[in-house]
Amino acid sequence: MSTKGKVVGIVANLVTIEVDGPVAQNEICYIDLKGVKLMAEVIKITGKLAFVQVFESTRGLYVGCETEFTGRMLEVTLGPGMLSKNYDGLQNDLNKMEGVFLKRGEYTYPLEKEKKWHFVPLVKEGDTVTGGDWLGSVKEGWIDHKIMVPFNYEGTGKIESIVSEGDYTVEDTIAVVCDSDGNERKLTMTMKWPVKVEVRSFRNKPRPFKIMETGIRTIDTLNPITEGGTGFIPGPFGCGKTVLQHSLAKYAEADLIIVVACGERANEVVEIFKEFPELDDPRTGRKLIERTIIICNTSNMPVAAREASVYTGMTIAEYYRTMGLKVLLLADSTSRWAQALREMSNRMEELPGPDAFPMDLSAIVSNFYSRAGFVYLNNGQTGSITFIGTVSPAGGNLKEPVTESTKKAARCFYALSQNRADSKRYPAVDPIDSYSKYLEYPEVTEYLDKTAESGWVDKVLQLKDILLRGKEALDQINILGDDGVPLEYHITYNKSEIIDFVILQQDAFDAVDASTPLKRQQYMVNKVLDICNDNFEFDNFEEIGTYFKKIINILKQMNYKEFRCDEFNELEKQLDSLLAERVVELESQAAAL
Amino acid sequence: MKTKAFQKIYTHIENVTKATCTIEADGVTNDEMAFVDGRPAQVVKISGKNITLQIFPGTQGIATDAEVVFLGKPPTLKVSNELKGRFFDAYGKPIDGGPEIEGEEVEIGGPSVNPVRRQQPSEIIPTGIAGIDLNNTLVTGQKIPFFADPDQPFNQVMATVALRAEADVIILGGMGMSNDDYLYYKTLFDNAGALDRIIAFINTTENPPVERLLVPDMSLTAAEYFATKHNAKVLCLLTDMTLYADALSIVSNRMDQIPSKDSMPGSLYSDLAKIYEKAAQFPDGGSITIIAVTTLSGGDITHAIPDNTGYITEGQLYLRRDTDIAKVIIDPFRSLSRLKQLVIGKKTRGDHPQVMNTAVRLYADAASARTKLENGFDLTEYDRRTLDFAREYSRELLAIDINVDIDTMLDTGWKLLGKYFTKDEVGIKQEFMEKYWVGSAT
Repeated sequence: MSTKGKVVGIVANLVTIEVDGPVAQNEICYIDLKGVKLMAEVIKITGKLAFVQVFESTRGLYVGCETEFTGRMLEVTLGPGMLSKNYDGLQNDLNKMEGVFLKRGEYTYPLEKEKKWHFVPLVKEGDTVTGGDWLGSVKEGWIDHKIMVPFNYEGTGKIESIVSEGDYTVEDTIAVVCDSDGNERKLTMTMKWPVKVEVRSFRNKPRPFKIMETGIRTIDTLNPITEGGTGFIPGPFGCGKTVLQHSLAKYAEADLIIVVACGERANEVVEIFKEFPELDDPRTGRKLIERTIIICNTSNMPVAAREASVYTGMTIAEYYRTMGLKVLLLADSTSRWAQALREMSNRMEELPGPDAFPMDLSAIVSNFYSRAGFVYLNNGQTGSITFIGTVSPAGGNLKEPVTESTKKAARCFYALSQNRADSKRYPAVDPIDSYSKYLEYPEVTEYLDKTAESGWVDKVLQLKDILLRGKEALDQINILGDDGVPLEYHITYNKSEIIDFVILQQDAFDAVDASTPLKRQQYMVNKVLDICNDNFEFDNFEEIGTYFKKIINILKQMNYKEFRCDEFNELEKQLDSLLAERVVELESQAAAL
Repeated sequence: MKTKAFQKIYTHIENVTKATCTIEADGVTNDEMAFVDGRPAQVVKISGKNITLQIFPGTQGIATDAEVVFLGKPPTLKVSNELKGRFFDAYGKPIDGGPEIEGEEVEIGGPSVNPVRRQQPSEIIPTGIAGIDLNNTLVTGQKIPFFADPDQPFNQVMATVALRAEADVIILGGMGMSNDDYLYYKTLFDNAGALDRIIAFINTTENPPVERLLVPDMSLTAAEYFATKHNAKVLCLLTDMTLYADALSIVSNRMDQIPSKDSMPGSLYSDLAKIYEKAAQFPDGGSITIIAVTTLSGGDITHAIPDNTGYITEGQLYLRRDTDIAKVIIDPFRSLSRLKQLVIGKKTRGDHPQVMNTAVRLYADAASARTKLENGFDLTEYDRRTLDFAREYSRELLAIDINVDIDTMLDTGWKLLGKYFTKDEVGIKQEFMEKYWVGSAT
């Protein structure tokens, strides 16, 4: 007998319901508005009154509307068929909805009920299993989609029966498990899981140590992110946040990309809808959309569902991680999520924290980021969720609560700078303010020593030092004038410009330059560092600028060419002869030789 | 509006504040419209039997025994072809002396477009102004505001854009418009003979500020009708959105809500997004394009209103007075149209992106040359050329009084590049240089 209730109060999308039985925090209920069921979530309970946030517009709602409680929290349905889907924040399949406009109270099934999947069992009768163990696998696009024991299966059980290889729908029973007390449970290819609860069906979660290649030089080389790592990108509007996220989605070395468009522009999501089915996935040779799931709750869609959307994305990511896949989860933008929290907190008349955000914002953000990570599964395989969120700081001010809360939670920080964007230096990631905590991890250093080259992290730090010195030199030049400083300052500055133009800047719209493999980045870093460590001789500052512009131009042309093609090698020769014109050996070095 | 038969009339008001009143009533629905002593009001809060109503014109003189009549429906607008050529107030009532509109009655502020049904915007809206068409091309289905100081001629520019854009229907949503500006628009549209495709919803400074909150929804409901039922290209002008946001803050303040940044309500982002996101390219060819005005105070774009707007809209346009040529120009540095990538060089001539970028880059060089000059450093010969170029570029392309087609703009661009720079300094792709270069051979 489920709990029922009646609406007694309404303010915007916060509705008060008088209930006749037990209700739970975060329980889902449906309010019946003349036959249209509006989904809502309990967010506060006082005595007989349950306060619920409605995921839809509450227009026309009146006192006395019947409400039915479901006894469950907000859940997603997990199973094969989620790849390439476009969901809203509550996992409704947007493509199944009729008409141009969204209808209130229309909920669509997220999977395909009729479709048959070719199931290959991985366990046999008598095997002992626990939640998250692989029962079998089906081909979902190019992914081996593992069918798992539901995550909520407590303790261990014995396989009583399992179907043989063949075609089944998601709702067919494929196995029966029996626990030690003799309780039988029939399993299908799907399961449900509450989005706000972390999936913990893995053995352990070590510190991440593997670098995840993104193909974006300013990330991979300067501030690398690890597989299972967390990062965030704050930036004022117009700094290329979205282009950067799209590049990550296109080129990052992940098995699966989940894009959560959370409270952002609809036309940007349309761009993903239209472009991803056209773009080739460099990793699989298929279309990019085939390894992508889009969760889209644009800024004009209901606010409460916006909050749910990031959790929906994370839960789907956790599901695929438990299959042993590398998942990249992108959320644009987490500020909109925080604003959704603020709107509700405000309506509930809670005492506000800074900028009227709820006091526990920081805790909520940290808790969410901590769900990412690299894990060893129960069967010894590995899986990971790498999470990168964007933050849209109000007024471009990085001291606002969302940025500050996120800074505590995320390990990589990619600050987009207005100055760089204004001077069209894209991606506009500021090399000096940004950081990656992973560079401090000994296990990461060790991993890079092995996969890139010995002493790699030292080289990265050297690059950063040169950039910093270049900036200081530029400040002096700007204050004292071009001829007011020693020539050395111009050389220092120009060396940092080489790093900026050749390594940091990258053309996201060029076929070759858009993504750079790690090996090629390594080559470029060595090339550039060699130049930076050379000594040059000049007579006046005008010569310096002209000379270095030539060097930069050649290196940039190299970036646009296929690695090691004839033209590339030709350019390298030109560069070497250009360098030979000016490089001098210091006496001390000559003496040492 | 007259009361209908069998309508229950309440005459016992419990509570009156500056903007709201509370009464006991049954069967009232959320967002429903009502009349309190003949003044339009809307249900904003229901708590058991207690209904709180927001009275749009304010509560001055409301007595506790005033008559309250509920209409049983949220604010609506009657839509039909008759809307064309008419002027309305914020409630959709004619203010031009004409008859009431007959048509289907639809709720304003209706549901959102399903994102998977949207089409990618791909059609140019030519305005003849090179600062827009050349550097910040507008596309149907786009939403873009002018960020302008109150003293800048944004109303003139917007009216020009509206008249030149080949839109089937132009809808003007005026919020807190001065009566003079209202008359300016009215006369202008009249004289241009464009009245048959204009629809206006006007809240002037003489009307109560809270009424403004209905104007964008009224305008966009009409827009959606024409864009979806008649597959029309609709251009919606909203001015001034800053005054709209101010009205939001007045209401939230009177409802005792906790203000966030700049004393704006915490829901400002969602409130603005709900309006701007109505801009869309529909699958059957209709479209809604929104051009808005957000006035700034002292050019401060970090204020909550322009800041939130910037995150929602697809770019922004800035006006600036160029003292060198004594004209107002579209600022090429800070202005941005995010959707221009979808059309330039594709729907326009192939050299468009390169000419645009090169000219802006050289204009930026001129700006640094000017800084040098101001700081007392010597100018090189190149610096002086960029300054000359900048002046002519400003006069011939950036000024808002330009009215030419895009090909002419591109030709003018080439002419200026050729006049002041060498081939190396321009650095445009070889294939375009061969075709269009008009300067010296080196």
